[in-house]
Amino acid sequence: MYRVEVSVKEGFADPRSEGLQKDILDLGVKTVKRVKVSSVYLLEGRLDDKELLAVCRELLTDPIVEEYATEEKPAPPGARLVEVAYNPGVMDPVEDSVKKGIRDLGITTITAVRTASKYLLWGDISDNTLESICDKLLVNSVVQHIVARKEAVALPSASYKFRLENIDITRMDDNALMELSKGRFWLNIHEMRIIQNHFKKLNRQPTDVELETLAQTWSEHCIHKTFKAKITLGKEVIDSLMKSTVMKVTQELNKPWCLSVFKDNAGVIDFDGRYAVCFKVETHNHPSAVEPYGGAATGIGGVIRDPLGTGLGAFPIMNTDVFCFGPPDYPYDELPKGVLHPRRIFKGVRAGVADYGNRMGIPTSNGSIFFDKRYVGNPLVYCGTVGIMPKNMGQKGMQKPGDLVVVVGGKTGRDGIHGVTFASGDLDKESETLSQSSVQIGNPIMEKKTLDAIIQARDLGLYRRITDCGGGGLSSAVGEMAEETGVSVDLEKVPLKYAGLSYTEIWVSESQERMLLAVPPENIDRLLAIFNNEDVEATVIGEFMDNRRLQLYYEGNLVCDLDMEFLHKGLPQLEREGLWQPPRYPDPDFPQPPDLKEELKKILGSWNVCSKEWAIRQYDHEVQGTSVLKPLVGTNNDGPGDAAVIRPLADSKKGIIISNGINPKYGDIDTYWMAASAIDEALRQIIAVGGSLDEVALLDNFCWGNPEKPDRLGALVRAAQACYDIARVYGTPFISGKDSLYNEYETGEETICIPPTLLISAMGVMNDIDKAVTMDCKQAGDLIYIVGDTYNELGGSHYYAIHGHIGNSVPKVNPEKGKKLMNALSAAMQKGLVKACHDLSEGGIGVAAAEMAFAGGLGVNIDLKNVPLGETIERDDYILFSESNSRFLVEIAPEHKQAFEKAVKGTNFTRIGRVTEEEKLVVTGKNGKVVLTAPIDELKEAWQKPLRW
Amino acid sequence: MSKIKVLMLRAPGTNRDVDTQIAFEAVGAEVASALVPELLRKEKRLADYHILIIPGGFTYGDDISAGRIMANEIRLRLGEDIKRFVADGRLVMGICNGFQVLVKTGILPGIAGQSAQPVTLTNNDSGRFECRWVYLKANESSPCVFTKGINCIYVPIAHGEGKLVAESGMAEKLNIALQYVDEKGKTGAGYPYNPNGSVNDIAGICDASGRIFGMMPHPEDFIRWTQHPRWTRERPREDLLGLQIFTNAVAWAKGI
Repeated sequence: MYRVEVSVKEGFADPRSEGLQKDILDLGVKTVKRVKVSSVYLLEGRLDDKELLAVCRELLTDPIVEEYATEEKPAPPGARLVEVAYNPGVMDPVEDSVKKGIRDLGITTITAVRTASKYLLWGDISDNTLESICDKLLVNSVVQHIVARKEAVALPSASYKFRLENIDITRMDDNALMELSKGRFWLNIHEMRIIQNHFKKLNRQPTDVELETLAQTWSEHCIHKTFKAKITLGKEVIDSLMKSTVMKVTQELNKPWCLSVFKDNAGVIDFDGRYAVCFKVETHNHPSAVEPYGGAATGIGGVIRDPLGTGLGAFPIMNTDVFCFGPPDYPYDELPKGVLHPRRIFKGVRAGVADYGNRMGIPTSNGSIFFDKRYVGNPLVYCGTVGIMPKNMGQKGMQKPGDLVVVVGGKTGRDGIHGVTFASGDLDKESETLSQSSVQIGNPIMEKKTLDAIIQARDLGLYRRITDCGGGGLSSAVGEMAEETGVSVDLEKVPLKYAGLSYTEIWVSESQERMLLAVPPENIDRLLAIFNNEDVEATVIGEFMDNRRLQLYYEGNLVCDLDMEFLHKGLPQLEREGLWQPPRYPDPDFPQPPDLKEELKKILGSWNVCSKEWAIRQYDHEVQGTSVLKPLVGTNNDGPGDAAVIRPLADSKKGIIISNGINPKYGDIDTYWMAASAIDEALRQIIAVGGSLDEVALLDNFCWGNPEKPDRLGALVRAAQACYDIARVYGTPFISGKDSLYNEYETGEETICIPPTLLISAMGVMNDIDKAVTMDCKQAGDLIYIVGDTYNELGGSHYYAIHGHIGNSVPKVNPEKGKKLMNALSAAMQKGLVKACHDLSEGGIGVAAAEMAFAGGLGVNIDLKNVPLGETIERDDYILFSESNSRFLVEIAPEHKQAFEKAVKGTNFTRIGRVTEEEKLVVTGKNGKVVLTAPIDELKEAWQKPLRW
Repeated sequence: MSKIKVLMLRAPGTNRDVDTQIAFEAVGAEVASALVPELLRKEKRLADYHILIIPGGFTYGDDISAGRIMANEIRLRLGEDIKRFVADGRLVMGICNGFQVLVKTGILPGIAGQSAQPVTLTNNDSGRFECRWVYLKANESSPCVFTKGINCIYVPIAHGEGKLVAESGMAEKLNIALQYVDEKGKTGAGYPYNPNGSVNDIAGICDASGRIFGMMPHPEDFIRWTQHPRWTRERPREDLLGLQIFTNAVAWAKGI
């Protein structure tokens, strides 16, 4: 074995070491004076001196800024040494590339490569401090360990000898059934009994792989049992929440531009008659909680495969991501056991999603980050991808019996085994150890190559159907695809990362970057040639049949023989009971502060409102050259844009707008109005950037606690019902959705349930991107209007929050009024009458006016006495910070005053102020006295400071 | 005359090929793409093209260091072909990852008597991947055919390893084609104008002939006004477009 250590030469900048030093300082450790990080490569095989020199000099070391050592040196005097390596079985992300690089040098004798990181820390560092640094920054025991002694580079090669495993289920009593289910299948007793009866009737025992297949197919993650359940809530009985809410809107609205909804991996709508666009948002919460980088990377990797597996394959054109974390300043000593600090989760998740999305060459143009301490043990990681494809490829394909089952992309390993069933249970402090095998590290280049090859094969019409291999692995992908026909698979043909996997492990592995194709036999040679050229593995593993059975073989032995009807229809509808009791919170009793400047600064500087530029700039939002409105806008390219606009086709001015609405704070009061507000917010953003309601599709992503608890379920029902009520009036169908339930963290002493969290993502088609509008003020002398009524709605607001209150007056939505107003404003914007527009959300008028001012580098004067009110509000602070829905601030040139007023006639609007040369925000109260005056630089600083990491 | 033919050389992880193709097509060129093995197998021949472009991306995941593995692939297996291509008076361009590749092959800076790799592109001083717009000033006295007639352009960067560092004594010898400047066109403006800490604010260099050129920023992502981050508040300015680099390349290639 050879060991090569590469580090930055003395005298050259070493940002990796400096970054770590800063992170250590951020932990509050002041005794570390210097840090040095090196990369360690361990090479297994034989090299002569010349070859080793070539590998070091020509491949592993940069000749200008780096140096290498092939001797292992002890820690220099005064320094502590820590070396961190991946755990055995965790795929080393750079192994393949290093091996290829060595082969390119003409050296073929290296058989395995592992990498490690070596850290040298100087200073007065106690054992405890070192342990704390390792624990909090350097090592994540889920995937890594501290190297204590010389380790082998390659795993000892394992072997697997076939032995069919039957599980003696037919004679089990209920206790034994549950014992079997727990920790492995996560099915309840009713489901276990159904399986037992099925095999009793067949007069045989199931094999392990048959039970695994049933468990995965019937898991909450795959089949959404709760959303399809019969739910009793008070006197109401809801037969399938999904069918009676989100799917029902779509059915009733019956938009001709909805091409494929709720049946494929993503919802598909018409773009311009030639092309179709599709959109899917997924969550990857539990893996991100235990290994933020790998968990989040595989989250984005997985959702990119959704559009790719939609219709006959869509090319991904945009990513969006929304994260929910515990606050970054969460006290370390209050952290529940087994939980990573929110700051580390945040940094890891951000890096995981960005590294994957950036490498895939997909612009990340929209997103949001929400903080609440209840996400501390269970963060939420929503990732979404938009894809485009020719319209005639928008429908799900259908294989014919005799078509070949082809798996393409990455090889199969032990990764993610039981990820799906894991996602359907609660997290607890044992999760970290339990779930080691569920977490993997993504390989975006593998996915990129696979994408490139698939699009070529698609355009030549070489396959009849495609789907992604995600949660549940081949089990879900093959099982679902073959539902209508039946299939026969030879599991030993599946390409493996390493030997030793059992037939069951091959079948349920969730190794990433795999897709599944149904290929007519006459096309197979051409298809394999394309994949070969792109250096992507493609393997025939079976054949579609016409017997509607799922038949799996391993080396000729039949190991699974399930009836498709039982597999897909055998699970009876679940019955559940919900409970809904509106909570009451103490109403606030603090007097209005005389000066509102500090109040505004506090809101601007709160985690949820403050600038996310630190995160945004680390995502590539320019790749593909399609950006029209970027996430950051304004005179210094740093103001908060309302929604992203891209122009996906170079030869058309049609655009796509992506926005999102999320506000779990309102859900603490009433999830109905939380959901209504989220929809209103997503639509407001579409309007604010110059879009219209004409063709807007919605996605729902529910992240909830344990639905077996009636209060959680009651809240879920209310939120889903709001989705129906509000979207119905706005005329915006849902085209896809997803739910992630059981987001609770068991500390051993208590259960921390996440706040009910609904993300509404909206995709709007824009006719002419030249009509797009940004939120930054454009010119002194212009007029500021408010459109929409303000109510005394501060329940769940940021203003109440900074005073320690929740309150009860949650913002409501009147969709009839909202729609009329949005249509009128949209028409005015189409006429080019609006120079800037910003939707009012968190922090109300105060925050929106401040943001418009500092994004534009101009001042704004506002007079609160002119704000149109929906009910009496006496207090200036309540008017300024109310979070009522369906409101906008707009900037109008004086010469367009009349035309604008005419265009929005019939809605409640008034002129409340003016853009000024003097760079200040000045707010005048109802009685004519100034209640707030602040330089825009000061406000901007308050807004930018918290996340300027 | 027939169209100028451009070959985009890809490797697994190349991802700005689509943008680059659109930019070249916008100025009338015809664009084909090939992976390195396709050239080795002679399925496509370099000699059939006027311009060779290595687009941006993360070839081989930027594992080990950005562009290193593709650079070795080219240096060891295509080096002679590329030398001939350049000797024939044709153009070679690398953008972002492509620039990193050209530098790590030693094809750039292409100074007589230079060591194997006298210049590198390494981690940004910030230690982060960053996506932001930058002002670039073209060096009037540069022989670079790609930047002829350009004063100042405004284009995005999107990289984590864009800091140019040269071996001792080499920085002064480089043919600087583009430098990071502030909005008034001044060098020495510091971060974030110089987004990565490059020596002498270098954003792009060329060889002595001016026909081999590499740059970190992405001119292919500013070919129409509505890509400008402030297009909703500023008057359109054609002179800021990155497209001019492609116009220049194609115009020059017509004379080959």
